[in-house]
Amino acid sequence: MTFLEKLMQVDRRWIYLAIGVAVIIPAIKSFNVPVSPSPEVKKVYDFVENIKPGEYLFVAMDYDPTSLAELNPMAEAILKHAFIRNEKVVIVTLAQFGPGMVEAITSRLATEFNKVRGVDYAFLGYRPYPAITILAMGVDFRSPFPVDYYGTPLDSLPVMRGIKNFYNVKGVIDLTSGNTADMWLTDGNGRYGFPLAIGITGVMAANYYQYLQSGQLFGIIPGIKGAAEYESLIKRPGEGMTQAAYQVVAHTVIILFIILSNVAYFATRKGRAKSGGAR
Amino acid sequence: MKREIPILIVGITGVILFLQYFIPTDWSMQLLGTSQDWVIVIGILALPLGIWSLVKANIMKLQVKGERFYAAVLLTGFLVMLIFGLPHRSSLEQGSTFMTLFNTILIPIQATIFSLLAFFVASAAYRAFRARSVLATILLLTAFLVMFRWLPLGFISTADNAIVAWILSVPNMAANRAIGMGIGLGGAAMAIKIILGIERTYMGHD
Amino acid sequence: MTTSQLLLNGIAVFLTFCIFSFLYKDNPFYKFAERLVAGVATGYWTVLLFHTNFRDKVWDTIVINHQFIYIIPALLGIAMWTRFSKNYSWISRYSIAFYIGISSGAGIPLIFYAGIFKQLQGTISTPLSFSWAGLNAFLIIVAVLAALVYFFFSAAHKGTMGTVSRIGIYVVMIGFGAGFGLTVMGRVALLVQRIIFLKGYAIALFGG
Repeated sequence: MTFLEKLMQVDRRWIYLAIGVAVIIPAIKSFNVPVSPSPEVKKVYDFVENIKPGEYLFVAMDYDPTSLAELNPMAEAILKHAFIRNEKVVIVTLAQFGPGMVEAITSRLATEFNKVRGVDYAFLGYRPYPAITILAMGVDFRSPFPVDYYGTPLDSLPVMRGIKNFYNVKGVIDLTSGNTADMWLTDGNGRYGFPLAIGITGVMAANYYQYLQSGQLFGIIPGIKGAAEYESLIKRPGEGMTQAAYQVVAHTVIILFIILSNVAYFATRKGRAKSGGAR
Repeated sequence: MKREIPILIVGITGVILFLQYFIPTDWSMQLLGTSQDWVIVIGILALPLGIWSLVKANIMKLQVKGERFYAAVLLTGFLVMLIFGLPHRSSLEQGSTFMTLFNTILIPIQATIFSLLAFFVASAAYRAFRARSVLATILLLTAFLVMFRWLPLGFISTADNAIVAWILSVPNMAANRAIGMGIGLGGAAMAIKIILGIERTYMGHD
Repeated sequence: MTTSQLLLNGIAVFLTFCIFSFLYKDNPFYKFAERLVAGVATGYWTVLLFHTNFRDKVWDTIVINHQFIYIIPALLGIAMWTRFSKNYSWISRYSIAFYIGISSGAGIPLIFYAGIFKQLQGTISTPLSFSWAGLNAFLIIVAVLAALVYFFFSAAHKGTMGTVSRIGIYVVMIGFGAGFGLTVMGRVALLVQRIIFLKGYAIALFGG
């Protein structure tokens, strides 16, 4: 067996090791990576930037710890942006393990930006059945959420006074790792017509550009790259930009792997053709 | 009684909610809100069914040799969370023992389980990503261009970013639009069949 | 970082390595962590449902606020529990029927509007012209039609249909390729987040 043939049948654990080493390198010696915002992320930034102080932004944080790596940096960047601009924020989560993370992020950022729960922002909590909950919120937030996550009646919260449903918010940003993006598009934007943007995982990113083109979405924050771009726009580097260096090394290794695998494939193809094994 | 009434309920509620879309008056919006609210209440009381099924299955496993320890671990985790969480609502706030367990156990394990996919995707790319045919080559090249965006290579990156932006907003967009429209038509057809009582698999068997 | 924080983060680090050990092969440490998280997650969700859903939406609504009409959906919800009975499981169909009927009825017009009509509108809304935008608008129409033809199985993919469907599969492959490229980024991000967490712990333990 030649070296190239061996290379084609290498044990998967060597590949795992290489990836492991690749992401450890930037942990030891980090470096800066230039981040240039894409138009779809810039549109989300511009939207939040143009909301006047005191006006409302609705943020749905529909993700579990499985995807916090990509979506927590987005959530932080957007909430920071809204808090800096003194916008009122209404937050909800339609993911079953979301509330714990949302509570942690909101309470930490509220302390950092001197915001008061119930006055500057509200966390409504969690409900199962996202599509049904979105439709119900469009009629009245108080219908699915008579009280907020902490058990305080919505009418007792200063931030919720004079705000009934989606018609009273400037727009909705859904940060999601699942099919709630489709529900916000269909049952939310489709039914009530509010401006909608989504922040999604890299895996999902390619699947939503048709809604951007049709105007159903005003912006997309795609994966950790999108999060890094948003951080660069608000000039507050966070985990998104920290991840960039790691991504560069990991992507380089994976690209090299693919090149190597193809070189080995083509170099050994003649041999396999002779022995009748090539396709 | 066992099949006809549920079909009737589906038909009547389905037609009412369908027509409601075209009559967005105050009372009809109220009807929409109330109906969704009712479904949420039904759902909340139905969800413990799944929780009980999992717990029951693991109680049974306590009797199976080899599974006993792991079933005990699962049940212990479940009970500990109930003990620290059920007595007070404030346990849902940061700083409680309940949330400490959430932060210390649930977040790291769930996040790490999914991080394993980074290794698997690299392995899959190495083994399966080969330019065997024209179609495979198109797929490979597109993925390559998208991945290249991360590499800071000056003007090459600038050009690559422009190409990827075009790929995402034209051919990729078109492909996903076609797939999405297919899914949409399928979903709508299924919903119509359910309301008309043609599709009844949701009822299970007698 | 305080001693108790170090200890708690130490447990999180241990559990992280338990899961990573699966990369070598399946082992008792991985199984332990996997079952532990299943139990903790179920417990978390039960508590969350009890406090923020059952109490707020069911108990308080009926018992505290005396909105007795909600007894009807509550009974329908409880009826779901008859699924455990062989003789009475048919009762649960009434509850399922409400859910299915309401969600299907409300969903049909929305699927047509958001999933089909708006998408068709998007495909043909940009005017064709001798410009970059016009060229892209033309390409979008061709690519969407070709991809739709590829997924249309009611006619044989021969002749013109075959040619168009061939273009369609090329378009679909570009879509899948873009999806794969972005998937790599997403998956790597999940791993990097864990590495950053481990690095943070190592710095807290041994100094930066």
